[in-house]
Amino acid sequence: MLKTENLGYAYAGSPPLRFPNIDCAKGEHWLVLGESGSGKTTLLHLLGGLLSPKEGRIVLGDTEMNQLSRSALDQFRGQHIGIIFQTAHFVQSLSVGDNLALAQSLAGMKVNRERIRELLSRLGLEHKLRSKPSQLSVGEKQRASIARAIINQPAVILADEPTSALDDSNCKQVIELLEEQAQAVDATLLVVTHDARLKDHISHQISID
Amino acid sequence: MNLLKLSWKNLTNKPLNMLLSLVLFGLGVGLISLLLVLNDQLQEKFEKNLAGVDLVIGAKGSPLQLILSSMYHIDAPTGNIPIKAATPFLREGHPIIETSIPLSLGDSHRGFRVVGTEPEILDLYNARIAEGQMWGKTMEVVAGAAVADELALKIGDTFKSSHGFDQNEDLIHEDAESFIIVGILAPTGSVIDQLLLTRFSSPWAVHEHEHEDEEGHNHEEDDPDHEGHSHEDHDHEGHDHGDSEHRHDHSSGNAEPYPEDLLAYKDKQITSILVKFKGHNIQALNMQRAINENTEMQAATPAIEINRLYALMGTGTKALRWLAIVIIIVSGLSIFISLYSSLKERRYELALMRVMGASRGRLLALIILEGLLLAVLGYLLGMALSHGAMYLLADQMKETYQYTFSWTNFLVEEAYLLGGALLIGLVAALIPALQVQGMDISDTLADG
Repeated sequence: MLKTENLGYAYAGSPPLRFPNIDCAKGEHWLVLGESGSGKTTLLHLLGGLLSPKEGRIVLGDTEMNQLSRSALDQFRGQHIGIIFQTAHFVQSLSVGDNLALAQSLAGMKVNRERIRELLSRLGLEHKLRSKPSQLSVGEKQRASIARAIINQPAVILADEPTSALDDSNCKQVIELLEEQAQAVDATLLVVTHDARLKDHISHQISID
Repeated sequence: MNLLKLSWKNLTNKPLNMLLSLVLFGLGVGLISLLLVLNDQLQEKFEKNLAGVDLVIGAKGSPLQLILSSMYHIDAPTGNIPIKAATPFLREGHPIIETSIPLSLGDSHRGFRVVGTEPEILDLYNARIAEGQMWGKTMEVVAGAAVADELALKIGDTFKSSHGFDQNEDLIHEDAESFIIVGILAPTGSVIDQLLLTRFSSPWAVHEHEHEDEEGHNHEEDDPDHEGHSHEDHDHEGHDHGDSEHRHDHSSGNAEPYPEDLLAYKDKQITSILVKFKGHNIQALNMQRAINENTEMQAATPAIEINRLYALMGTGTKALRWLAIVIIIVSGLSIFISLYSSLKERRYELALMRVMGASRGRLLALIILEGLLLAVLGYLLGMALSHGAMYLLADQMKETYQYTFSWTNFLVEEAYLLGGALLIGLVAALIPALQVQGMDISDTLADG
């Protein structure tokens, strides 16, 4: 489903980063563990098509991502990859519902208000449909960002340190929610983190140094 | 969620920034549009009211004043001229003059000028009687369409004129005979719509009657205002009819107190003559110089004086136009600063949009659309301001000069102004848009 082979990246003036091969089947949940500075976020950006690898290849389904043109990659990302960041950011001028509609629209999909309402309801955010992101609590923002990542029923969900800033109770809640929602859309989940608390939740694990 | 809606939401998310840019842009566009509309309507009025008149002959003084008072009816006359001196230009069969129309000015009714003249004035302005008939006798009046409409005048209505052109009840000629409306003109869009036209002799009748009344009541009283405004010398001896007959006749309203042609009253005065030449030959061109050099009168060419007026107005108009351009440039800068600073704050949002699948081109279009939206809204605000100001100005112009200006007239140039506004919006948005296009998503997200 999601495969990488001999993936490497280099920032100007820094030693090159080399990543272990990944081979995740459809619907599997994986944990990528590594200390700060190990290149976890770089790996996530490579997998999400936000960075182009200097070497190696990334294959999602039947598509070799690094062979796609820029605009095709943008569209591919919008339709097949959902990304969750450590800090939940939104388009501030739009309501929570409109942020989800924007994710549908930018991926070239038809805006489905019914699905937005249903998804927010599943995440306990139905009452925040028309609220601006600034009116949400930290936990609500994190749930809303999960909703945005899965609104287009992606093949892969990439989560970058989704629990690092949370206490144990919220950490458990968020990772369970992530797994549950990934399962609901039958997506492959890949969580990149240094948070050792997640080791007990996700069995497939890779470490990067 | 289309780009237009997103642009609108982004703009309205910072209402104060948006308002500042809009107000500045609106002011610049509004000022330019107002100048265009005002200039166009003034030119139209000036040109339409030229009515093919080649020369205006009147008392010595400012030539522009003579033109403004006799052709546009927006200034006081320079004085009066004796019919005796004007006779060569009023006589039929003049070798180079096709038409000459005498005007007697000095009185008004509720702000509209009463003009003593000849019926040929209607041909000059292509006017026709819509209702009633042409005046036949002294004190009969044909009202212009705008006067009749504004004062709700009907055939058979009577009024007493006031001395001068101001609306002042103290200056009404209470003791003079009343004017009577016998005809109403169809609208022409020219100055004749604003006039109360009457036989050349009516102003004499009003002032002679008043003078007689003054003499009857207080022979020693001296009225300098009346003197300064006399249309005639108040002498009936030059007429065929006797004094006593005159007094009785126009109080009864049956017999004509001035039965002869204008030229028969050589000892009386008129204000000016509108002259149309048969052709523009050297003799016609020399006539103005000959009058100015050899007579106690002056002759002025309307086209030259109006060009002089344009030149005078042009300096002010130019200054205002430059001011408007400066305002528009400042507003363009304001749009640029507003978009630039807002995009700095929204870098992470824009990177997120890339994550969600937005192409670079789409983000470029989004930012440019925001600039264009501001420009269109600023343009619309400017149009509303300019035509709103025109509406207020039209009211004031009507009150002061009885001229009608339209606030609903839109010009092709205003459409070009929209093109200019869009260009400024585009240029102001281009730099921030290109910056966004070159943004590194990974770096931006890592910084966030």
